[in-house]
Amino acid sequence: MENAKSAYLQALPLFMIMLIFLVIPTIMIVIVSFWDYNAFSVIPDFIWDNYDFLLTSSVTWQAYAKTLFYAVTSWALTLLIGFTAAHYMAFHLRTTKSQTICFLLATVPFLTSNIIRMISWIPLLGRNGLVNQTLQAVGLTDHPLEFLLYSDFSVVLAFVHLYTLFMVVPIFNSMMRIDRKLVEAAIDAGATPWQVITQVIIPLSKSGITIGTIFVFTLVMGDFITVRLMSGGLSASVGLLIYNEISLLQYPAAAAGAVTLLATVLIMLAILFRFANIRKDL
Amino acid sequence: MQNSTKRPMSFYFLTAFFALFILFLYGPTLTIGILSFQGPSGGLTFPMNGVSLHWYYKLFEQQAVGDFGGSLTRSLLLALAVMVTTVVISLSAGMAFRKKFKGSGVLFYLTIVSLIIPSILISLGIGLLFNQVGIEPTWYGSAFGAHLTWTLPFGLLIMFAVFNRFDKSYEAAARDMCATPFQTLRYVVVPLILPSLVGVGLFGFTLSYDEFARTIMTSGSQNTLPLEIFGMTTNVTTPVLYALGTLTTFISFVVIVGTLFILHMLKRRRNRAAIGK
Repeated sequence: MENAKSAYLQALPLFMIMLIFLVIPTIMIVIVSFWDYNAFSVIPDFIWDNYDFLLTSSVTWQAYAKTLFYAVTSWALTLLIGFTAAHYMAFHLRTTKSQTICFLLATVPFLTSNIIRMISWIPLLGRNGLVNQTLQAVGLTDHPLEFLLYSDFSVVLAFVHLYTLFMVVPIFNSMMRIDRKLVEAAIDAGATPWQVITQVIIPLSKSGITIGTIFVFTLVMGDFITVRLMSGGLSASVGLLIYNEISLLQYPAAAAGAVTLLATVLIMLAILFRFANIRKDL
Repeated sequence: MQNSTKRPMSFYFLTAFFALFILFLYGPTLTIGILSFQGPSGGLTFPMNGVSLHWYYKLFEQQAVGDFGGSLTRSLLLALAVMVTTVVISLSAGMAFRKKFKGSGVLFYLTIVSLIIPSILISLGIGLLFNQVGIEPTWYGSAFGAHLTWTLPFGLLIMFAVFNRFDKSYEAAARDMCATPFQTLRYVVVPLILPSLVGVGLFGFTLSYDEFARTIMTSGSQNTLPLEIFGMTTNVTTPVLYALGTLTTFISFVVIVGTLFILHMLKRRRNRAAIGK
Protein backbone atom coordinates (compact mmCIF):
# COMPACT_ATOMS: atom_id res chain seq x y z
CA MET A 1 0.00 0.00 0.00
CA GLU A 2 2.78 2.39 1.01
CA ASN A 3 4.53 1.33 -2.20
CA ALA A 4 1.61 2.29 -4.41
CA LYS A 5 1.34 5.69 -2.76
CA SER A 6 4.99 6.51 -3.38
CA ALA A 7 4.62 5.32 -6.99
CA TYR A 8 1.80 7.82 -7.52
CA LEU A 9 3.87 10.62 -6.03
CA GLN A 10 6.83 9.72 -8.23
CA ALA A 11 4.71 9.54 -11.37
CA LEU A 12 2.83 12.76 -10.59
CA PRO A 13 5.26 15.30 -12.15
CA LEU A 14 5.32 13.41 -15.46
CA PHE A 15 1.55 13.07 -15.40
CA MET A 16 1.05 16.79 -14.71
CA ILE A 17 3.33 17.81 -17.60
CA MET A 18 1.52 15.44 -19.96
CA LEU A 19 -1.85 16.69 -18.76
CA ILE A 20 -1.11 20.41 -19.06
CA PHE A 21 1.06 20.40 -22.18
CA LEU A 22 -0.28 17.42 -24.14
CA VAL A 23 -3.80 16.32 -23.16
CA ILE A 24 -5.48 19.67 -22.53
CA PRO A 25 -3.87 21.34 -25.59
CA THR A 26 -5.06 18.44 -27.77
CA ILE A 27 -8.61 18.77 -26.40
CA MET A 28 -8.30 22.51 -27.03
CA ILE A 29 -7.45 21.86 -30.69
CA VAL A 30 -10.50 19.62 -31.10
CA ILE A 31 -12.75 22.27 -29.53
CA VAL A 32 -11.34 25.15 -31.57
CA SER A 33 -11.67 23.14 -34.79
CA PHE A 34 -15.45 23.70 -34.47
CA TRP A 35 -15.15 27.43 -33.89
CA ASP A 36 -15.78 30.22 -36.34
CA TYR A 37 -13.33 32.97 -37.22
CA ASN A 38 -12.99 36.20 -39.15
CA ALA A 39 -9.99 38.31 -40.13
CA PHE A 40 -9.50 39.61 -36.59
CA SER A 41 -10.46 36.95 -34.09
CA VAL A 42 -11.78 33.47 -33.36
CA ILE A 43 -15.42 33.09 -32.35
CA PRO A 44 -16.58 30.21 -30.08
CA ASP A 45 -19.23 28.27 -31.97
CA PHE A 46 -20.13 24.76 -33.12
CA ILE A 47 -19.89 24.57 -36.88
CA TRP A 48 -18.65 21.95 -39.31
CA ASP A 49 -17.51 24.55 -41.85
CA ASN A 50 -13.80 24.12 -41.13
CA TYR A 51 -13.96 20.40 -41.84
CA ASP A 52 -16.31 20.94 -44.74
CA PHE A 53 -13.92 23.36 -46.37
CA LEU A 54 -10.87 21.22 -45.55
CA LEU A 55 -12.17 17.92 -46.87
CA THR A 56 -13.70 19.32 -50.07
CA SER A 57 -10.62 21.34 -51.02
CA SER A 58 -8.41 19.80 -53.68
CA VAL A 59 -5.42 21.52 -52.04
CA THR A 60 -5.88 19.28 -48.99
CA TRP A 61 -5.97 16.08 -51.03
CA GLN A 62 -2.95 17.10 -53.06
CA ALA A 63 -1.07 17.88 -49.85
CA TYR A 64 -2.00 14.46 -48.42
CA ALA A 65 -0.87 12.72 -51.61
CA LYS A 66 2.41 14.65 -51.53
CA THR A 67 2.99 13.98 -47.85
CA LEU A 68 2.30 10.26 -48.27
CA PHE A 69 4.71 10.19 -51.19
CA TYR A 70 7.41 11.82 -49.03
CA ALA A 71 6.64 9.44 -46.16
CA VAL A 72 6.81 6.26 -48.22
CA THR A 73 9.92 7.27 -50.18
CA SER A 74 11.76 8.46 -47.08
CA TRP A 75 10.70 5.34 -45.21
CA ALA A 76 12.02 2.98 -47.89
CA LEU A 77 15.35 4.80 -48.15
CA THR A 78 15.91 5.24 -44.40
CA LEU A 79 15.03 1.57 -43.86
CA LEU A 80 17.45 0.39 -46.52
CA ILE A 81 20.32 2.61 -45.36
CA GLY A 82 19.53 2.26 -41.65
CA PHE A 83 19.29 -1.52 -41.79
CA THR A 84 22.57 -1.83 -43.69
CA ALA A 85 24.39 0.52 -41.29
CA ALA A 86 22.98 -1.23 -38.21
CA HIS A 87 23.82 -4.63 -39.66
CA TYR A 88 27.39 -3.51 -40.29
CA MET A 89 27.80 -2.25 -36.73
CA ALA A 90 26.14 -5.22 -35.07
CA PHE A 91 27.59 -8.11 -37.08
CA HIS A 92 30.72 -6.95 -38.88
CA LEU A 93 32.48 -4.93 -36.21
CA ARG A 94 34.21 -7.24 -33.78
CA THR A 95 35.09 -5.09 -30.79
CA THR A 96 32.74 -3.21 -28.49
CA LYS A 97 35.03 -0.21 -28.83
CA SER A 98 34.66 0.06 -32.60
CA GLN A 99 30.91 -0.48 -32.25
CA THR A 100 30.68 2.33 -29.70
CA ILE A 101 32.71 4.71 -31.85
CA CYS A 102 30.67 4.01 -34.98
CA PHE A 103 27.42 4.28 -33.01
CA LEU A 104 28.47 7.66 -31.60
CA LEU A 105 29.55 8.87 -35.06
CA ALA A 106 26.09 8.01 -36.38
CA THR A 107 24.26 9.53 -33.38
CA VAL A 108 26.01 12.87 -32.82
CA PRO A 109 24.42 14.71 -35.79
CA PHE A 110 21.00 13.96 -34.32
CA LEU A 111 21.93 16.19 -31.40
CA THR A 112 22.71 19.20 -33.60
CA SER A 113 20.34 21.66 -35.22
CA ASN A 114 17.99 20.22 -37.87
CA ILE A 115 17.54 23.57 -39.60
CA ILE A 116 21.27 24.04 -39.96
CA ARG A 117 21.62 20.52 -41.33
CA MET A 118 19.03 21.37 -43.98
CA ILE A 119 20.64 24.68 -44.90
CA SER A 120 23.99 22.99 -45.27
CA TRP A 121 22.76 21.29 -48.46
CA ILE A 122 22.42 24.65 -50.23
CA PRO A 123 26.11 25.13 -51.12
CA LEU A 124 26.19 21.53 -52.38
CA LEU A 125 22.99 21.29 -54.41
CA GLY A 126 22.38 24.86 -55.59
CA ARG A 127 22.57 26.04 -59.19
CA ASN A 128 26.22 26.97 -58.69
CA GLY A 129 26.73 24.39 -55.98
CA LEU A 130 29.52 21.92 -55.57
CA VAL A 131 27.65 19.04 -57.21
CA ASN A 132 26.81 21.04 -60.33
CA GLN A 133 30.33 22.49 -60.50
CA THR A 134 31.79 19.01 -60.31
CA LEU A 135 29.39 17.50 -62.86
CA GLN A 136 30.14 20.30 -65.32
CA ALA A 137 33.89 20.10 -64.74
CA VAL A 138 33.87 16.36 -65.39
CA GLY A 139 31.72 17.00 -68.45
CA LEU A 140 28.73 14.87 -67.45
CA THR A 141 26.41 17.77 -68.15
CA ASP A 142 26.85 21.14 -69.88
CA HIS A 143 24.22 23.05 -67.95
CA PRO A 144 23.49 23.04 -64.20
CA LEU A 145 20.92 20.49 -63.04
CA GLU A 146 17.95 22.35 -61.62
CA PHE A 147 16.23 19.46 -59.88
CA LEU A 148 18.89 19.12 -57.18
CA LEU A 149 17.64 21.89 -54.93
CA TYR A 150 14.10 23.12 -54.20
CA SER A 151 12.47 19.96 -55.51
CA ASP A 152 11.02 16.69 -54.27
CA PHE A 153 14.50 15.28 -54.61
CA SER A 154 15.99 17.70 -52.08
CA VAL A 155 13.04 17.27 -49.70
CA VAL A 156 13.44 13.48 -49.60
CA LEU A 157 17.22 13.81 -49.39
CA ALA A 158 16.86 16.05 -46.34
CA PHE A 159 14.42 13.62 -44.69
CA VAL A 160 16.82 10.74 -45.24
CA HIS A 161 19.67 12.88 -43.93
CA LEU A 162 17.76 13.88 -40.80
CA TYR A 163 15.88 10.71 -39.92
CA THR A 164 17.97 7.65 -40.90
CA LEU A 165 19.24 7.67 -37.34
CA PHE A 166 15.73 6.86 -36.12
CA MET A 167 16.05 3.59 -38.05
CA VAL A 168 19.66 2.87 -37.10
CA VAL A 169 19.22 3.03 -33.32
CA PRO A 170 16.20 0.74 -32.80
CA ILE A 171 17.34 -1.77 -35.45
CA PHE A 172 20.86 -1.86 -33.97
CA ASN A 173 19.30 -2.34 -30.54
CA SER A 174 17.26 -5.32 -31.79
CA MET A 175 20.22 -6.84 -33.59
CA MET A 176 22.46 -6.67 -30.53
CA ARG A 177 19.98 -8.92 -28.70
CA ILE A 178 20.05 -11.63 -31.35
CA ASP A 179 21.80 -14.69 -29.95
CA ARG A 180 24.90 -15.16 -32.14
CA LYS A 181 24.46 -18.91 -31.84
CA LEU A 182 21.37 -18.65 -34.04
CA VAL A 183 23.43 -17.11 -36.81
CA GLU A 184 26.09 -19.79 -36.43
CA ALA A 185 23.47 -22.51 -36.43
CA ALA A 186 21.99 -21.13 -39.65
CA ILE A 187 25.44 -21.12 -41.28
CA ASP A 188 26.10 -24.66 -40.06
CA ALA A 189 22.79 -25.73 -41.53
CA GLY A 190 24.01 -24.49 -44.88
CA ALA A 191 22.33 -21.09 -45.13
CA THR A 192 23.86 -18.61 -47.54
CA PRO A 193 24.75 -15.14 -46.15
CA TRP A 194 21.64 -13.78 -47.88
CA GLN A 195 19.45 -16.47 -46.28
CA VAL A 196 20.93 -15.63 -42.87
CA ILE A 197 19.82 -12.03 -43.35
CA THR A 198 16.34 -12.73 -44.72
CA GLN A 199 15.44 -15.75 -42.59
CA VAL A 200 17.20 -15.09 -39.29
CA ILE A 201 18.20 -11.46 -38.85
CA ILE A 202 15.24 -9.65 -40.43
CA PRO A 203 12.57 -11.62 -38.53
CA LEU A 204 14.44 -11.12 -35.26
CA SER A 205 14.92 -7.38 -35.92
CA LYS A 206 11.24 -6.90 -36.68
CA SER A 207 10.48 -4.88 -33.57
CA GLY A 208 13.38 -2.51 -34.22
CA ILE A 209 12.27 -2.09 -37.81
CA THR A 210 8.72 -1.34 -36.66
CA ILE A 211 9.82 1.23 -34.09
CA GLY A 212 12.03 2.93 -36.69
CA THR A 213 9.13 2.89 -39.16
CA ILE A 214 6.83 4.51 -36.61
CA PHE A 215 9.38 7.28 -36.01
CA VAL A 216 10.07 8.02 -39.67
CA PHE A 217 6.40 7.93 -40.68
CA THR A 218 5.17 10.19 -37.90
CA LEU A 219 8.06 12.63 -38.26
CA VAL A 220 7.56 12.99 -42.02
CA MET A 221 3.75 13.11 -41.82
CA GLY A 222 3.83 16.02 -39.36
CA ASP A 223 6.74 17.89 -40.89
CA PHE A 224 6.42 21.41 -42.23
CA ILE A 225 9.84 22.99 -41.92
CA THR A 226 11.80 20.53 -44.07
CA VAL A 227 9.23 20.78 -46.86
CA ARG A 228 9.16 24.55 -46.55
CA LEU A 229 12.95 25.00 -46.64
CA MET A 230 13.95 22.23 -49.04
CA SER A 231 11.18 22.69 -51.60
CA GLY A 232 11.69 26.45 -51.55
CA GLY A 233 7.95 26.89 -51.01
CA LEU A 234 7.16 24.99 -54.22
CA SER A 235 5.29 22.11 -52.66
CA ALA A 236 2.96 21.80 -49.70
CA SER A 237 2.71 19.08 -47.09
CA VAL A 238 -0.16 18.66 -44.66
CA GLY A 239 1.91 20.17 -41.85
CA LEU A 240 2.85 23.13 -44.03
CA LEU A 241 -0.82 23.89 -44.77
CA ILE A 242 -1.48 23.96 -41.02
CA TYR A 243 1.58 26.16 -40.47
CA ASN A 244 0.42 28.61 -43.15
CA GLU A 245 -3.01 28.86 -41.57
CA ILE A 246 -1.40 29.54 -38.21
CA SER A 247 0.66 32.34 -39.79
CA LEU A 248 -2.59 33.83 -41.12
CA LEU A 249 -4.13 33.53 -37.63
CA GLN A 250 -6.86 31.22 -39.01
CA TYR A 251 -6.67 29.06 -35.91
CA PRO A 252 -9.96 27.13 -36.32
CA ALA A 253 -8.97 26.12 -39.86
CA ALA A 254 -5.51 25.11 -38.62
CA ALA A 255 -7.12 23.16 -35.77
CA ALA A 256 -9.38 21.23 -38.16
CA GLY A 257 -6.31 20.40 -40.27
CA ALA A 258 -4.46 19.30 -37.14
CA VAL A 259 -7.29 17.02 -35.99
CA THR A 260 -7.44 15.41 -39.42
CA LEU A 261 -3.66 14.95 -39.45
CA LEU A 262 -3.73 13.42 -35.97
CA ALA A 263 -6.48 11.00 -37.00
CA THR A 264 -4.48 9.96 -40.06
CA VAL A 265 -1.32 9.39 -38.01
CA LEU A 266 -3.24 7.43 -35.36
CA ILE A 267 -4.75 5.13 -37.98
CA MET A 268 -1.28 4.46 -39.40
CA LEU A 269 0.03 3.77 -35.90
CA ALA A 270 -2.82 1.40 -35.13
CA ILE A 271 -1.75 -0.61 -38.15
CA LEU A 272 1.96 -0.44 -37.29
CA PHE A 273 1.52 -1.32 -33.61
CA ARG A 274 0.12 -4.68 -34.67
CA PHE A 275 3.67 -5.56 -35.69
CA ALA A 276 5.42 -4.79 -32.40
CA ASN A 277 4.96 -4.65 -28.67
CA ILE A 278 6.96 -1.55 -27.78
CA ARG A 279 6.84 -2.01 -24.05
CA LYS A 280 8.10 -5.56 -24.22
CA ASP A 281 11.01 -4.57 -26.40
CA LEU A 282 12.58 -1.98 -24.15
CA MET B 1 32.89 -16.65 -36.31
CA GLN B 2 34.54 -14.45 -33.73
CA ASN B 3 37.91 -16.07 -34.22
CA SER B 4 38.14 -16.10 -37.98
CA THR B 5 40.81 -13.60 -38.97
CA LYS B 6 40.19 -13.33 -42.70
CA ARG B 7 37.42 -10.86 -43.51
CA PRO B 8 34.96 -11.78 -46.27
CA MET B 9 34.65 -9.51 -49.29
CA SER B 10 31.27 -8.24 -48.08
CA PHE B 11 33.00 -6.69 -45.06
CA TYR B 12 34.92 -4.26 -47.25
CA PHE B 13 31.83 -3.32 -49.24
CA LEU B 14 29.91 -2.64 -46.05
CA THR B 15 32.81 -0.67 -44.57
CA ALA B 16 32.83 1.52 -47.66
CA PHE B 17 29.06 1.88 -47.40
CA PHE B 18 29.27 2.90 -43.77
CA ALA B 19 32.07 5.38 -44.50
CA LEU B 20 29.90 6.95 -47.22
CA PHE B 21 27.01 7.11 -44.76
CA ILE B 22 29.17 8.98 -42.26
CA LEU B 23 30.37 11.31 -45.03
CA PHE B 24 26.72 11.89 -45.98
CA LEU B 25 25.95 12.79 -42.34
CA TYR B 26 28.87 15.15 -41.78
CA GLY B 27 29.83 16.40 -45.26
CA PRO B 28 27.24 19.17 -45.63
CA THR B 29 27.89 20.54 -42.14
CA LEU B 30 31.63 20.58 -42.84
CA THR B 31 30.95 22.40 -46.11
CA ILE B 32 29.15 25.29 -44.46
CA GLY B 33 31.85 25.25 -41.78
CA ILE B 34 34.43 25.93 -44.46
CA LEU B 35 32.25 28.47 -46.30
CA SER B 36 31.63 30.42 -43.09
CA PHE B 37 35.24 31.60 -43.34
CA GLN B 38 34.59 33.23 -46.74
CA GLY B 39 36.32 36.52 -47.46
CA PRO B 40 34.16 39.70 -47.19
CA SER B 41 33.28 39.53 -50.90
CA GLY B 42 32.52 35.79 -50.89
CA GLY B 43 29.13 34.29 -51.64
CA LEU B 44 27.00 31.34 -50.56
CA THR B 45 28.86 28.81 -52.74
CA PHE B 46 32.40 27.89 -53.69
CA PRO B 47 34.91 29.20 -54.71
CA MET B 48 36.26 30.84 -51.57
CA ASN B 49 37.08 34.51 -52.06
CA GLY B 50 39.84 34.63 -49.51
CA VAL B 51 39.69 33.54 -45.89
CA SER B 52 38.43 35.74 -43.07
CA LEU B 53 36.45 35.97 -39.87
CA HIS B 54 34.37 38.72 -41.48
CA TRP B 55 31.02 36.87 -41.18
CA TYR B 56 31.61 36.01 -37.56
CA TYR B 57 32.17 39.71 -36.77
CA LYS B 58 28.98 40.47 -38.68
CA LEU B 59 27.13 37.99 -36.49
CA PHE B 60 27.68 40.13 -33.43
CA GLU B 61 26.56 43.36 -35.05
CA GLN B 62 23.04 43.98 -33.85
CA GLN B 63 21.51 45.17 -37.13
CA ALA B 64 22.94 42.43 -39.35
CA VAL B 65 21.03 39.46 -37.97
CA GLY B 66 18.56 40.74 -35.43
CA ASP B 67 18.92 39.77 -31.81
CA PHE B 68 21.52 37.01 -31.99
CA GLY B 69 22.99 37.46 -28.49
CA GLY B 70 19.61 37.62 -26.79
CA SER B 71 18.19 34.58 -28.56
CA LEU B 72 21.35 32.57 -27.87
CA THR B 73 21.17 33.44 -24.16
CA ARG B 74 17.49 32.50 -24.00
CA SER B 75 18.10 29.19 -25.78
CA LEU B 76 20.98 28.26 -23.47
CA LEU B 77 19.03 29.14 -20.31
CA LEU B 78 15.96 27.28 -21.55
CA ALA B 79 18.06 24.23 -22.48
CA LEU B 80 19.63 24.19 -19.00
CA ALA B 81 16.23 24.39 -17.30
CA VAL B 82 14.80 21.67 -19.57
CA MET B 83 17.87 19.49 -18.92
CA VAL B 84 17.57 19.64 -15.12
CA THR B 85 13.80 19.14 -15.18
CA THR B 86 14.05 16.23 -17.63
CA VAL B 87 16.60 14.41 -15.46
CA VAL B 88 14.60 14.85 -12.25
CA ILE B 89 11.16 13.99 -13.69
CA SER B 90 12.47 11.05 -15.76
CA LEU B 91 14.24 9.56 -12.76
CA SER B 92 11.19 10.01 -10.58
CA ALA B 93 8.81 8.53 -13.16
CA GLY B 94 11.29 5.74 -13.95
CA MET B 95 11.24 4.75 -10.25
CA ALA B 96 7.44 4.83 -10.25
CA PHE B 97 7.21 2.50 -13.25
CA ARG B 98 9.25 -0.15 -11.41
CA LYS B 99 6.29 -0.69 -9.11
CA LYS B 100 2.83 -1.69 -10.25
CA PHE B 101 0.39 1.19 -10.06
CA LYS B 102 -3.02 1.76 -11.52
CA GLY B 103 -2.88 3.94 -14.60
CA SER B 104 0.74 3.12 -15.40
CA GLY B 105 -0.33 1.85 -18.81
CA VAL B 106 -2.19 5.06 -19.60
CA LEU B 107 0.73 7.21 -18.49
CA PHE B 108 3.13 5.11 -20.56
CA TYR B 109 1.05 5.48 -23.71
CA LEU B 110 0.55 9.20 -23.07
CA THR B 111 4.32 9.58 -23.00
CA ILE B 112 4.69 7.62 -26.25
CA VAL B 113 1.97 9.77 -27.86
CA SER B 114 3.87 12.85 -26.69
CA LEU B 115 6.88 11.56 -28.63
CA ILE B 116 5.15 10.74 -31.90
CA ILE B 117 2.42 13.37 -32.08
CA PRO B 118 3.26 15.87 -34.85
CA SER B 119 5.12 18.74 -33.17
CA ILE B 120 2.95 21.34 -34.83
CA LEU B 121 -0.03 20.04 -32.83
CA ILE B 122 1.81 20.64 -29.57
CA SER B 123 2.71 24.15 -30.71
CA LEU B 124 -0.81 24.97 -31.88
CA GLY B 125 -2.53 23.38 -28.88
CA ILE B 126 -0.42 25.10 -26.25
CA GLY B 127 -0.67 28.40 -28.14
CA LEU B 128 -4.47 28.16 -28.26
CA LEU B 129 -4.70 27.06 -24.63
CA PHE B 130 -2.58 29.94 -23.33
CA ASN B 131 -4.48 32.42 -25.49
CA GLN B 132 -7.87 31.26 -24.23
CA VAL B 133 -6.81 31.12 -20.58
CA GLY B 134 -5.28 34.56 -20.99
CA ILE B 135 -1.68 33.74 -20.08
CA GLU B 136 1.01 35.37 -22.18
CA PRO B 137 3.09 32.65 -23.90
CA THR B 138 6.77 32.99 -22.95
CA TRP B 139 9.92 31.06 -23.76
CA TYR B 140 10.41 30.21 -20.07
CA GLY B 141 6.76 29.22 -19.56
CA SER B 142 4.80 27.71 -22.43
CA ALA B 143 7.89 26.92 -24.55
CA PHE B 144 9.50 25.26 -21.51
CA GLY B 145 6.48 22.96 -21.19
CA ALA B 146 6.38 22.31 -24.93
CA HIS B 147 10.04 21.24 -24.88
CA LEU B 148 9.39 18.88 -21.96
CA THR B 149 6.77 17.03 -24.05
CA TRP B 150 9.65 16.26 -26.45
CA THR B 151 12.51 15.53 -24.01
CA LEU B 152 10.63 13.58 -21.30
CA PRO B 153 9.69 10.63 -23.57
CA PHE B 154 13.37 10.19 -24.46
CA GLY B 155 14.30 10.49 -20.78
CA LEU B 156 11.69 7.96 -19.72
CA LEU B 157 12.63 5.45 -22.41
CA ILE B 158 16.27 5.66 -21.29
CA MET B 159 15.19 5.14 -17.65
CA PHE B 160 13.16 2.09 -18.72
CA ALA B 161 16.22 0.58 -20.36
CA VAL B 162 18.30 1.38 -17.27
CA PHE B 163 15.94 -0.08 -14.68
CA ASN B 164 15.32 -3.20 -16.78
CA ARG B 165 18.99 -4.05 -16.20
CA PHE B 166 19.17 -2.78 -12.61
CA ASP B 167 20.04 -5.26 -9.87
CA LYS B 168 17.52 -4.80 -7.06
CA SER B 169 19.70 -6.53 -4.49
CA TYR B 170 21.77 -3.35 -4.05
CA GLU B 171 18.72 -1.55 -2.74
CA ALA B 172 17.75 -4.51 -0.56
CA ALA B 173 21.23 -4.46 0.96
CA ALA B 174 20.95 -0.74 1.67
CA ARG B 175 17.58 -1.25 3.32
CA ASP B 176 18.96 -4.08 5.43
CA MET B 177 21.58 -1.67 6.71
CA CYS B 178 18.74 0.63 7.79
CA ALA B 179 19.12 3.23 5.04
CA THR B 180 16.06 5.45 4.61
CA PRO B 181 14.46 5.44 1.13
CA PHE B 182 16.08 8.81 0.48
CA GLN B 183 19.50 7.55 1.56
CA THR B 184 19.09 4.49 -0.68
CA LEU B 185 18.32 6.78 -3.59
CA ARG B 186 21.06 9.28 -2.82
CA TYR B 187 23.91 6.89 -1.97
CA VAL B 188 23.04 3.71 -3.90
CA VAL B 189 20.70 4.15 -6.87
CA VAL B 190 21.85 7.54 -8.18
CA PRO B 191 25.58 6.75 -8.09
CA LEU B 192 24.95 3.44 -9.88
CA ILE B 193 22.92 4.95 -12.71
CA LEU B 194 24.77 8.28 -12.84
CA PRO B 195 26.14 7.72 -16.39
CA SER B 196 22.61 7.17 -17.72
CA LEU B 197 21.37 10.27 -15.92
CA VAL B 198 24.15 12.26 -17.58
CA GLY B 199 22.93 10.80 -20.90
CA VAL B 200 19.35 11.88 -20.17
CA GLY B 201 20.69 15.35 -19.35
CA LEU B 202 22.55 15.50 -22.67
CA PHE B 203 19.37 14.63 -24.57
CA GLY B 204 17.36 17.16 -22.58
CA PHE B 205 19.85 19.93 -23.27
CA THR B 206 20.54 19.37 -26.95
CA LEU B 207 16.95 18.54 -27.96
CA SER B 208 15.68 21.70 -26.29
CA TYR B 209 18.52 23.87 -27.61
CA ASP B 210 17.67 22.89 -31.20
CA GLU B 211 13.89 22.58 -30.95
CA PHE B 212 12.00 24.57 -33.53
CA ALA B 213 8.58 23.10 -34.31
CA ARG B 214 7.39 22.95 -30.69
CA THR B 215 8.64 26.49 -30.00
CA ILE B 216 7.04 28.28 -32.92
CA MET B 217 3.73 29.22 -31.26
CA THR B 218 4.83 28.89 -27.67
CA SER B 219 7.75 31.27 -27.20
CA GLY B 220 5.76 34.50 -27.24
CA SER B 221 7.32 37.72 -28.44
CA GLN B 222 10.94 36.78 -27.74
CA ASN B 223 12.69 34.40 -30.12
CA THR B 224 14.84 31.43 -29.19
CA LEU B 225 17.87 30.71 -31.37
CA PRO B 226 16.24 28.16 -33.74
CA LEU B 227 13.41 30.63 -34.43
CA GLU B 228 15.98 33.33 -35.11
CA ILE B 229 17.83 31.00 -37.50
CA PHE B 230 14.60 30.09 -39.29
CA GLY B 231 13.84 33.78 -39.74
CA MET B 232 17.30 34.28 -41.22
CA THR B 233 16.91 31.48 -43.75
CA THR B 234 14.21 33.48 -45.51
CA ASN B 235 15.89 36.89 -45.60
CA VAL B 236 19.65 36.49 -45.22
CA THR B 237 21.61 35.68 -48.36
CA THR B 238 25.17 36.08 -47.14
CA PRO B 239 27.57 33.63 -45.48
CA VAL B 240 26.61 35.16 -42.11
CA LEU B 241 23.99 32.39 -42.13
CA TYR B 242 26.78 29.81 -42.34
CA ALA B 243 28.70 31.54 -39.55
CA LEU B 244 25.63 31.30 -37.32
CA GLY B 245 25.06 27.66 -38.32
CA THR B 246 28.67 26.74 -37.67
CA LEU B 247 28.69 28.51 -34.32
CA THR B 248 25.51 26.85 -33.07
CA THR B 249 26.66 23.42 -34.29
CA PHE B 250 29.99 24.07 -32.55
CA ILE B 251 28.15 24.82 -29.28
CA SER B 252 26.24 21.51 -29.61
CA PHE B 253 29.51 19.70 -30.25
CA VAL B 254 31.16 21.22 -27.18
CA VAL B 255 28.20 20.08 -25.07
CA ILE B 256 28.27 16.55 -26.54
CA VAL B 257 32.04 16.10 -26.27
CA GLY B 258 32.00 17.58 -22.76
CA THR B 259 29.33 15.08 -21.73
CA LEU B 260 31.20 12.16 -23.28
CA PHE B 261 34.31 13.30 -21.39
CA ILE B 262 32.37 13.36 -18.10
CA LEU B 263 31.07 9.84 -18.84
CA HIS B 264 34.59 8.67 -19.58
CA MET B 265 35.87 10.10 -16.28
CA LEU B 266 32.99 8.49 -14.37
CA LYS B 267 33.85 5.13 -15.89
CA ARG B 268 37.53 5.50 -15.05
CA ARG B 269 36.76 6.48 -11.47
CA ARG B 270 34.47 3.48 -11.14
CA ASN B 271 37.10 1.14 -12.57
CA ARG B 272 39.71 2.50 -10.17
CA ALA B 273 37.32 2.06 -7.26
CA ALA B 274 36.67 -1.52 -8.33
CA ILE B 275 40.40 -2.28 -8.48
CA GLY B 276 40.87 -0.59 -5.10
CA LYS B 277 38.58 -3.15 -3.57
